[in-house]
Amino acid sequence: MSASHATTTHLSPALMRALAIATVGLALLPLGAEDYTIDAVTRMMILALFAMSLDLLQGVTGLVSLGHAAYFGLAGYVLAFLTPESEAVSLWTSLPLAMLASAALALLVGALVVRTSGIYFIMSTMAFGQMVFYLFFDNKALGGSDGLFVNFRPQAGWFDLDNRLHFFYFTLVCLLLVYGFLRRLLHSPLGRALQGIRVNEHRMRAVGFNTYTHKLSAFTLSGALAGLAGYLWGAQTGFINPELMGFHWSAHLIMMVILGGMGNFAGAIIGAFAFEYTLHLFKDLPVIAGFDLGQHWQLVMGLFIVAVVVWLPQGLLGGLQRLMSRGDGQRGAPHA
Amino acid sequence: MREVLLQAQSLTKRFGGLAAVNEVSLDWARNEIHAVIGPNGAGKSTLTHLLSGEYTPSSGRVKLLGQDVTGWSCEAISHAGLGRSFQKTNVFLSFTVWENIRLSAQAQLTPSPAKPWAWLQRAEHHAEVNARAEQALVLAGLAHQRHTLAQHMSHGEQRQLEIAMCLATEPQVLLLDEPLAGMGPAEADRMVELLLALKPNHAVLLVEHDMDAVFALADQLSVMVNGQLIASGTVADIRAHPEVQAAYLGEVT
Amino acid sequence: MGLAEFLIQALNSFQYGLLLFMLAAGLTLIFGIMGVVNLAHGSFYMLGAYLAYGFTTLTDNLGMALVLGAGVGFAFGWLLERGLFRFFYTRDHLDQVLLTFGLIYLFEELRAIVWGNDVHGVPIPAWLKGSVPLTDTLSYPYYRLFVGAVCLALAVGLWALIHRTRLGMHIRAGAFNRTMAQALGIDIERLYAIVFAMGVALAAVAGMVAAPLSSVYPNMGGSVLIMCFVVVVIGGIGSIRGAFIAALLVGTVDTFGKVLLPQLASMLVYVLMALVLLWRPQGLFKN
Repeated sequence: MSASHATTTHLSPALMRALAIATVGLALLPLGAEDYTIDAVTRMMILALFAMSLDLLQGVTGLVSLGHAAYFGLAGYVLAFLTPESEAVSLWTSLPLAMLASAALALLVGALVVRTSGIYFIMSTMAFGQMVFYLFFDNKALGGSDGLFVNFRPQAGWFDLDNRLHFFYFTLVCLLLVYGFLRRLLHSPLGRALQGIRVNEHRMRAVGFNTYTHKLSAFTLSGALAGLAGYLWGAQTGFINPELMGFHWSAHLIMMVILGGMGNFAGAIIGAFAFEYTLHLFKDLPVIAGFDLGQHWQLVMGLFIVAVVVWLPQGLLGGLQRLMSRGDGQRGAPHA
Repeated sequence: MREVLLQAQSLTKRFGGLAAVNEVSLDWARNEIHAVIGPNGAGKSTLTHLLSGEYTPSSGRVKLLGQDVTGWSCEAISHAGLGRSFQKTNVFLSFTVWENIRLSAQAQLTPSPAKPWAWLQRAEHHAEVNARAEQALVLAGLAHQRHTLAQHMSHGEQRQLEIAMCLATEPQVLLLDEPLAGMGPAEADRMVELLLALKPNHAVLLVEHDMDAVFALADQLSVMVNGQLIASGTVADIRAHPEVQAAYLGEVT
Repeated sequence: MGLAEFLIQALNSFQYGLLLFMLAAGLTLIFGIMGVVNLAHGSFYMLGAYLAYGFTTLTDNLGMALVLGAGVGFAFGWLLERGLFRFFYTRDHLDQVLLTFGLIYLFEELRAIVWGNDVHGVPIPAWLKGSVPLTDTLSYPYYRLFVGAVCLALAVGLWALIHRTRLGMHIRAGAFNRTMAQALGIDIERLYAIVFAMGVALAAVAGMVAAPLSSVYPNMGGSVLIMCFVVVVIGGIGSIRGAFIAALLVGTVDTFGKVLLPQLASMLVYVLMALVLLWRPQGLFKN
């Protein structure tokens, strides 16, 4: 019924260089920054992981999920449950378990939801996401509305997650590894098929692809990666609550991916950073003409969301790319 | 010796009270172009949808290469050896010609997504897929357009791409829904040449409105009106058939 | 569970279901006819509730407040459609999701500016206080019956509008094929505005009428929106009949669930949705 949202699959060499430089800058950040900043940037990297997981589903495969936060939050809860009262749990056992839990939930929900399409898909993912939210919110045994504490950061053995710098670099390594994996996936037969599904699912089926299994694979993998992010969030903040599974959180995630530019994963990272930073800015806005903008940040946020959707359809990365390489030809086409 | 590859057996499709296709029985054999013609709304497109698996018949059976494929999904029927092109151009507009064809070839050849190596090897490195795609590309006459984005092609070229994608799946049976639609004379001639080149190895179901092309190409001709088959035979038979003249062709001189 | 208890829960189910229908009908109409998914639909419900609060502090007449509220809702919906939503029709679903999500924020803030962030109660009007006695110990509140009656009346009105009037015929034609409807001389622009405004008015009236029961608080649109989506998914997008049946189904499952299985109550509705999706991915009634 309507044109599909712009994706930016192909990144120009100039842009890639710029991103490489930014990554080096990111790696060097802790050497000169304050504790508060290191924590904030760590959190941004965790959200970037979360955003990349959604980009796989949304930017690459074209499935808009309004319930993705469920897989994020579940992993955090698993960490909270696995962490005993008086000591830490091992990173190397709890992380795989948490990701497995998220993947299992994604597989279950996906099996049902992937049979639908379009608006049904959006609504059903939202509903199932809320289902998980209510499951935890209503049950004291699962922490209830108060949420749960992660009593100790997980034990890693040869590095110490309680050390701010170690946690920062561990998260950075995860971020880079997942980025590399997803870029690889993009160019693999599965990745190509997923993009084909986004562009013309009907044709994919006519030509012989079992689009159901392909979409389900993407859904499950996305869920697992969201779990990785959720685990790290729980480990860093030490606290998990049901809101982290709710639809507001899912909608914020969609915003991040759109803001950065969908379909290439670098955009998801940029979007996560930009969104967090912007949120931070909005909450700190001054009082203008007697109107406390900072307190009414939701108003500014609402307008911001509308502005991005209307004027920046390809996100920051797409816009930046256009600026950097004017007249650059083909976008969105996988190369021969 | 007719080698029948595709059979429709008393196929019926009802929508509510209306029978869009009513008890149609036909077959398609290798090295034959069997065209289905009729006025708009005759049920020709519905018939192709029934044969390719997009619709499930209300009654009747579809047999492909001897196998009963009634009620199979379109991906399953595609794997069983049926390729189709669409009336309304249905390509991957934002991909290059090469990627369109390569992806079609991949459909039949790559392992299921459940196998982990499908996730990490580069799609371009799959030699067999590349070979098939290359073959289809050349056969359809699109080698010089390899890197063009499908959305930048002319209508006629896109119709050629449709056929190429169909061929990339190496089908035995071709269902071609109005391949000549909207083409200029030069493009139409090229398409007719291509279809004649494809004929020896495939069974071809051709749905077309371009009567000149149909009479030039078809070995067998079937006429549908209001969902029913009113005549089936050689071109000469059909041209002389009184009911067909009355319903569709008008006076033939 | 005794007969009286059962009757009470059945009446509750019916009343809740009808309330959900008021919201789901608007949502499914707007989606079925204009193709717009609107996450801010719950905000209209909230608007109605706050309007109830606002009006009852001014006047004690609930009837007048309802009429005024419907009017305000309709006018607001009209302006919103003409001024904003009509630009969304050609956008893809992702854009619509985000734009309407942004609107939720905007509406929440506007509400905060006009009415503040406190939780409010809305009093039940004097003539509706009290209950119908069912047994020696159990009785059923008049007000709940009133809510059910109002929603039922509106549901019947909606059915009559769609199936018995020219406007309804135009709506059905417009749903079927926009271009054809235009070719037949139907003013599509005006039709869309009417449908949208009606959807908003229905949601607002639902909020108004439910306010004395649920109290009025920030973000109250959120939870009702989800229920609404579940109803629309189960019923089938674009189908009013589907929305009606699904709403009653959801109302029943939720109400009896809370009584019989309180631990799992909030999840039951989603299990229902999952089962429907398993059986019929496009909902019970396809448009």
